[in-house]
Amino acid sequence: MPVLANLTYDTAHLLDAGMLVLSFALLYQRRLFGVLKIYAMQAVLLAAAAAWQAHAQDAPQLYITAATALVFKGAVIPIALHRIIVRLDIHRAIETALGIGPTLVVGVALVSLSILLVLPVTAASAALTRESLASALSIVLLGLLMMITRRNAVSQVVGFMSLENGLILAAVGVKGMPLVVELSIAFEVMVAFIIFGIFFFHIRERFDTLDVHDIERFRGERS
Amino acid sequence: MSIVHVILAIPALAALLLALLPSYRLAARVNVAASVLTLFASLVPFIRRPDTTPFLLIDDFNIYLVALTAFVACTTSLFSARYIVHEVEIGRLVPRYLRYYHAMYQAFVLTMLLALTANNLGTLWVAIEGATLTTVLMVGLYRTHAALEAAWKYFILCGVGIALALFGTILMYLAAEPVMGEGLLAMTWSELLPHAAQFNPALLNLAFVFLLVGYGTKVGLAPLHAWLPDAHAEGPTPISAVLSGLLLNVALYSVLRFKMLLAANPLAVAPGPLMVTMGLSSLLLASFMLYRRRDIKRFFAYSSIEHMGIITFAFGMGGPLANFAGLLHMTMHSLTKSAIFYAVGHVSQIKGTQRIADIRGLTSSQPVLGWALVLGVVAIAGLPPFGVFMSEFLVLTTSFARAPLLAALVLAGLLVGFGALVLRLQGLAFGEGTGGEKASSVALLPAFLHLILVLTAGIYLPGPLVSWFQTVAKLLG
Amino acid sequence: MTTSLLDLVQLILVLALAPLLTGIVRKVKARLLGRRGPTLIQPYRDLLRLLRKEVVLAPSASWLFRVIPYTTFAAIWLAAAIVPTFTTGLMTSRIADLIALVALLGSARFGLALAGMDVGTSFGGIGSSREMMIASLAEPAMLMVTFTVALLVRSTSLPHISEFMLTHAVGIRISLLLGLISLAMVAIAENARIPVDNPATHLELTMVHEAMVLEYSGRHLALIEAASMVKLLLYLSLIVAMFLPWGMGIELPLGWAALGIGLGAYAAKLMVGAVLLGVFETAIAKMRVFRVAEFLGGAFLLGILAAIFLYVSEGL
Repeated sequence: MPVLANLTYDTAHLLDAGMLVLSFALLYQRRLFGVLKIYAMQAVLLAAAAAWQAHAQDAPQLYITAATALVFKGAVIPIALHRIIVRLDIHRAIETALGIGPTLVVGVALVSLSILLVLPVTAASAALTRESLASALSIVLLGLLMMITRRNAVSQVVGFMSLENGLILAAVGVKGMPLVVELSIAFEVMVAFIIFGIFFFHIRERFDTLDVHDIERFRGERS
Repeated sequence: MSIVHVILAIPALAALLLALLPSYRLAARVNVAASVLTLFASLVPFIRRPDTTPFLLIDDFNIYLVALTAFVACTTSLFSARYIVHEVEIGRLVPRYLRYYHAMYQAFVLTMLLALTANNLGTLWVAIEGATLTTVLMVGLYRTHAALEAAWKYFILCGVGIALALFGTILMYLAAEPVMGEGLLAMTWSELLPHAAQFNPALLNLAFVFLLVGYGTKVGLAPLHAWLPDAHAEGPTPISAVLSGLLLNVALYSVLRFKMLLAANPLAVAPGPLMVTMGLSSLLLASFMLYRRRDIKRFFAYSSIEHMGIITFAFGMGGPLANFAGLLHMTMHSLTKSAIFYAVGHVSQIKGTQRIADIRGLTSSQPVLGWALVLGVVAIAGLPPFGVFMSEFLVLTTSFARAPLLAALVLAGLLVGFGALVLRLQGLAFGEGTGGEKASSVALLPAFLHLILVLTAGIYLPGPLVSWFQTVAKLLG
Repeated sequence: MTTSLLDLVQLILVLALAPLLTGIVRKVKARLLGRRGPTLIQPYRDLLRLLRKEVVLAPSASWLFRVIPYTTFAAIWLAAAIVPTFTTGLMTSRIADLIALVALLGSARFGLALAGMDVGTSFGGIGSSREMMIASLAEPAMLMVTFTVALLVRSTSLPHISEFMLTHAVGIRISLLLGLISLAMVAIAENARIPVDNPATHLELTMVHEAMVLEYSGRHLALIEAASMVKLLLYLSLIVAMFLPWGMGIELPLGWAALGIGLGAYAAKLMVGAVLLGVFETAIAKMRVFRVAEFLGGAFLLGILAAIFLYVSEGL
C-alpha cells in the first residue's frame, strides 16, 4: 500500500500539476465552448489550490482568494462569455496560427524552460514554494503561447485569463504575501472583463467577426 | 492627512465629478481647474516634505517628477479644452463620449501620481495597471476600425506586460521575505532599499528581468513597442501628448526604482547591459522607421520610442554623469514631445488630415502654429540651444569615454533620426501651403510655454534642479 | 504451489478470462444504450463457432496469410503471460521486460499489417496503413511512460515495478497519475477502441483494425479475434500491474491464502476496468482519423510531462 507520506506537499503538487495539464488541454482544444469549459475547470482547481495553501500556510485571507476565483472565474466569467458567444453568433471553431501538434511541442519546451529557470534560482526557499512557482511560470508562459497562436479574439482573451490564473497561483504559493496583491489581481480580472465586454460589443458593432485576422486588415502600420 | 493624500484626492474627486457633468464645456473648464489645483498641491512638498508612510512616499527621486507630471497634465488639459471644441464641431466626438473622456483623463492623472508616490510595490503595480486601463479606454474613444484595433493591440500587449511585471513583483517579494519577514514590510520600497544587499542575488536578477520586460513594454522599448505608434496615432491628440509625455516616463521610473534595489546588492548581475541593449535597439529601430512614416502622429510616436531608447541607454550605462543625462532627457523629452503634439493636434485639425503628404507650408499658411512646430522639431532633433541637445551631448560624451563602440552606434542612430526629422520638417513647414483650412480655435500657450522652458533649460539650468539631478544620479548607481 | 504450476495457471487464466472481459464490455455498452445485450459468454460461443467453420481463402493469398494468425496469436498470448497478474513470482514474467514486451506487441502488429495487405484489396491496405500510423504514434508514448516509471523504480522489469509500487512509500505522485492517463490513452488506441476506432463498425471506411482482417474466416478469424481479446486483457493487466498492484502476492513461495487474494483482486480489478471501459466508450464519440495523431500526441505529451514532473520532485 503506498504510504501517503507528506500529504501537504503532494496535494499541492497535484493541484498545481492539474492546472498545468489543463493549460495544455486549452492549447489542444478546437472548439470554443470546450475552451471555456476547460478554463472553468482550471479556475476551480485554482480555487482548490488557494484553499489548500490557506490551510497549509495558516493564512485565512487566501480563502477569500479561493472563493473569488471559484465564483468569479469559475462560474461568472465562463457563463458570461458563453452568452456573449451565443448572442454575437461568434464563429465557434478555433483557427490556430501554428498546428496543434507543434503548439503542444513548444508548450513542453516552455515548461522545461520555466523549470530550468525557477528551480536553481529559488534554492533557498521551501520545496512547496519552488514547485508552485515553477508550475505558475509554466502556466503563465502557456497562456502567452495560447494568446500568440490563436486567431480568435475570444480564445486570445481566455489565454490571457489563464495567464492570470498562473499569476494568482504564484501569489498564493509564496508564503505570507500580503493581501494587497490579491486584491489587485481581483481588480484586474473585474475591470479587464468589463473592458473585454465593451470591446466585444464594439468590435462586433464594427466588424461581423471576431477573427483577429479580419481586424488586422486595418493595420495602421502601413502609413 | 498629508499633502500626498491631497495630491491624490484632487484628481480622484475631479474624476467623479466629471463623470457626472453633462456639459462638455463646463467639464473642460473643471478639468483645467482640477489640474491647476493638483499642480499647486504638487509644489507643496518642496516646502515641507511629508512623512513616509508604508504606502506612499515623497523622496528625492520623485519630488520633481510629481511636479513635472502635474505640470504637463495641466498644460495638456488647456490644450484639450481647445482641441475638443473642434472635434465636437466636426462630429468626431459626441458630448456623451466627452464626459467619459474627461473623467478618464483625471483618473489617468490619478494613477500617474499614485505610481510616482507609491512606496508599496503592490500599489505601484495597481497604479500602472490603472494607467493602462484608463488610456486604453481613451485610445479607443473615436470608435473607428483603426482606433479599436489600436486599443485592442495596446490592451493585449500592455496587459501581458503588466502580468509579467506582477510576476517580477512576486519574485521580488520572495527575495525580500527571508530577510524582512512576511507581510507588508517586505513590499515597502523604502524598507527594501537598506536591506537589498542581503537579498538572494539570483532571485533579484530574475525578478528584475521580469520587471524590465513587463514595465519596459509600457516604456515602449523594442521589441515590445508595437502598441505605441498605433495608440498615439488613433487616439485623440491630448492622449498622445500624455502618453508620450507622462506614461512613458512613469513606466521608466518604475523600472528605475527596481534598478536602485539591484544596484544596492553587489552580488546581483548589473542590470546595465540589458537596459543598454534594449535602449540601443529601440533607438536604432525607431530612427530607421522614421523614414517610412506617412502619418504625422505615428511619425512622432516613433520619435518617442527613439528618445526613450536614448534615456534607457543612458540609465543602463550608469554612473553619475549618464544618470544625470538620463534624468535631464526625461524632463526635456516630456516637455518637448508634448509641445510637439499640441502643435500637431491643431495642425491636423486645421488641415483635416493626419497624412504628412497632405500637410504643407505651415509657416506660410499658419505662421504661429507652423513656427511652433518648427521649434518643437528642432528641439527634439537635438539642436542647441535647446535642452535636448545638452542631455544627448552628455550621453554621448560619457559613453564615448567608456564604450566607444556603443557610443558610435548611438551617434549613428541620433544622426539617422535627425535626418528624418529635418527631411519631414522641410515638407511640413516650408514651401507652398496646401490642404484645407478648416477654421478652429487654437491653444498656443501650452506649446510655447513648454518650448520656452526647454530653451531656458538648454541655456541655463537652475541650481536646485542641477543638485536634484546629481543627488538622484548618485542614488541610481 | 510450485512456480511452474503457477506459470501454467497464468497461461490458462489469461486465455480463459479474455473473452469474458470482452463480453463484459459489450454487455455494459448495451445496457447503457438501453438494450439487453448479448450474454456474457457470447464471445466464447463466437470463437467456438468460428473454429468449426470452413476457411475460405482468396486465390491471391500467400502462405503468410495462412501463417500469420498463428504467429499473432502466439505472440500476444506470450506477451499476456509475461505481465504479472496475481503474483510477481512467475517465471514467465522474467522472460522479457517492458521494452521487450512493446517489441513483442509490435511484431504481432507487423504480422497483422502484412496480412492485411497480402490479399491486395484496397480496404486491407487502408487498415494496414492506418494501423501503422497509429502504432508509430502510440509506441513512443508507451515508451515514454516506461521511461518515467523506470526512472522511479530503477528497473524496466515488470515484477520489480509491481513490487516497488507495493513496498515503497510512493505517495500521490503526479507523474504516476499522468503516466496512468497516458498509458490508458495508448491502450485505447492499440486496442482499437472508441474514440480511436470502433470495433463494432460495419462501414469499411471508418475501420482501422477490422479492415485488416476483413478477408479472414474460419479458424484463422477465430485466432485473430482471440488475439485481440487477449490484447485487451493484456493492456488492462499492464495498467493494473504498473499502477494499481494491490493484492498481488509478492512473498514467495506463494501460500494458498495469498494465491486466493491475488486471484480475487485481479479478477475484481479486471471487472472494474471492463465496466469503466464500457462506460467511457459509450460516453465519447469516435474521432476523425486525422485527429488520432493529436490524441496520441497528447498521450506522448503527458508522458513527457510525467517525466518532467518526476525530475522536478526528485530535484527538490
